[in-house]
Amino acid sequence: MLPWNGKEDGSHVAEIVTLAEAIAATVRDGDSVAMEGFTHLIPHAAGHEVIRQRRRDLTLIRMTPDIIYDQLIGAGCARKLIFSWAGNPGVGSLHRFRDAVEHAWPHPIELEEHSHAGMANRFQAGASGLPFAILRGYRGTSLPAHTAGVADITCPFTGETLTAVSALRPDVAVIHAQRADRRGNVQFWGISGVQKEAVLASARSVVTVEEIVDSLDPHPGAVVLPSWTVGYVAAVPGGAHPSYALGYSARDNDFYFSWDAISRDRQAFAAWLDEHVYGQHAASAADRAAGAC
Amino acid sequence: MLSFTADEMMTVAAARALRDGMTCFVGIGLPGAAANLARATHAPGLVLIYESGTIGSKPGQVPPSIGDGILAETADSVVSVPEIFNYWLQPGRIDVGFLGAAQIDRYGNINTTVIGSSYDEPAVRLPGAGGAPEIAAACGQVVVVLRQSRRSFAGHLDFVTSVGFGTGAGARQRLGLAGGGPGLVITDLGILQPDPDTCELVLTGIYGGVSVGRVRESTGWDLRVSASLSEVAPPSQAELAALRALRAGTPPPAAGDAAVRSPAPSTVPPAVMAAGEGAHHD
Repeated sequence: MLPWNGKEDGSHVAEIVTLAEAIAATVRDGDSVAMEGFTHLIPHAAGHEVIRQRRRDLTLIRMTPDIIYDQLIGAGCARKLIFSWAGNPGVGSLHRFRDAVEHAWPHPIELEEHSHAGMANRFQAGASGLPFAILRGYRGTSLPAHTAGVADITCPFTGETLTAVSALRPDVAVIHAQRADRRGNVQFWGISGVQKEAVLASARSVVTVEEIVDSLDPHPGAVVLPSWTVGYVAAVPGGAHPSYALGYSARDNDFYFSWDAISRDRQAFAAWLDEHVYGQHAASAADRAAGAC
Repeated sequence: MLSFTADEMMTVAAARALRDGMTCFVGIGLPGAAANLARATHAPGLVLIYESGTIGSKPGQVPPSIGDGILAETADSVVSVPEIFNYWLQPGRIDVGFLGAAQIDRYGNINTTVIGSSYDEPAVRLPGAGGAPEIAAACGQVVVVLRQSRRSFAGHLDFVTSVGFGTGAGARQRLGLAGGGPGLVITDLGILQPDPDTCELVLTGIYGGVSVGRVRESTGWDLRVSASLSEVAPPSQAELAALRALRAGTPPPAAGDAAVRSPAPSTVPPAVMAAGEGAHHD
């Protein structure tokens, strides 16, 4: 069955709720969760709420794990990571990710890694209701030997050998967008990543937004997800920080640089988590853009 | 005598490989600086394409990530990530791809995944593939930029993340990789290019003050040296000024400055002219 409306009760309209309610209604222990956003519009505040609600054994799916999954992994939320590039962009390593892989801290993590093209196509296949996608990729690399869900496939028309990658069908998609209207129609623009595909591929969905407006004015290049494709919408201004929302905030590059030292040390990370995640409420996320987290 | 860092020499050498009007798939870090330097100097019509989906970005600075807002705001078009890979990269629309690497072997294959004999228990876990495997597969030419050492120039790769020339001549065709493969490898010591017959990387350019012995000692295999090895011109004042302005986030020197606009003196063949099996698209 295709996940048409991002909710399980079949209601054909997104519900506008608080962030805490949205996460509680969608993310359960053991779920596969795709928090997407390609550098831009990363749903950090929602990630923090998942940590605060102490979800466990999650399969985290994301092309670029970024700081958001470094935090979730370090906080012990993840059993498995499905990804294509796990670094701190322009800075270096994700140290909580590396600590989990190299030293099984706070516990072992299973990896399923792909290329960006492979992940993007896997989301697209999921959104398209197809079991797999086809691309020119992976051939000659070591990736297929270590990654399930990658296989050669022969074109039925030309006989050419291509690569098939299995579809992604997450339990939950979580994204951040610039705006929603009061009916729950969602609009985002700028670098739009794979968020549309992630929401359409997933059984349930949460969208945090900078603001809820009476009506969505047309915006050049905007992606619109109609209300009936979205499960829950929560207003979380600044909810992408230290990522950004074009037109609302700028990427906090200084925080990305400072994360290197915070995340390198287990104790420093734990202290940061206590102060900036466990010590906060979902409602205080609105203050994040101005703060240090 | 101008003073400059090894990173600046690498960045300038990489920028010189780009020609006006090319389309260039730009990676994070030094490649981003090199591509933007080329645009600011000798290649104002260079089309910068970022894997975040921005096409024709004109940032005028070197953003720390490949998804900064300025890349979208200055782009000719912004597309989704599935589209950038499927419509733009995969069919071979991009002339040059820039890649960094943790390790490279004699055939220009790249490892950015794990160091150590066990994938499951690696000594060092690297970021992984990102866009690199398909950039390496599909771009007309690939320029690889990395520091040279016995560790990074490895006799054996623990993991092949992106394919250069595979096992040697003919391997790319057998794998069905349409792009030309690595035409230039630019390091902090010099420049390597593939041998036209064997596709093995050969030292073809060396920086001032660097000895061939030092380059060979910094290579984990028995490095071949071109009979026509030449010294790479150091960064010009104009190149350095433009690069430093880009890094500082300030506007580059005036566009009308003839010294800046004239082609950089270079002994480096342009990437499109680079030898190797992949230079032919048949």
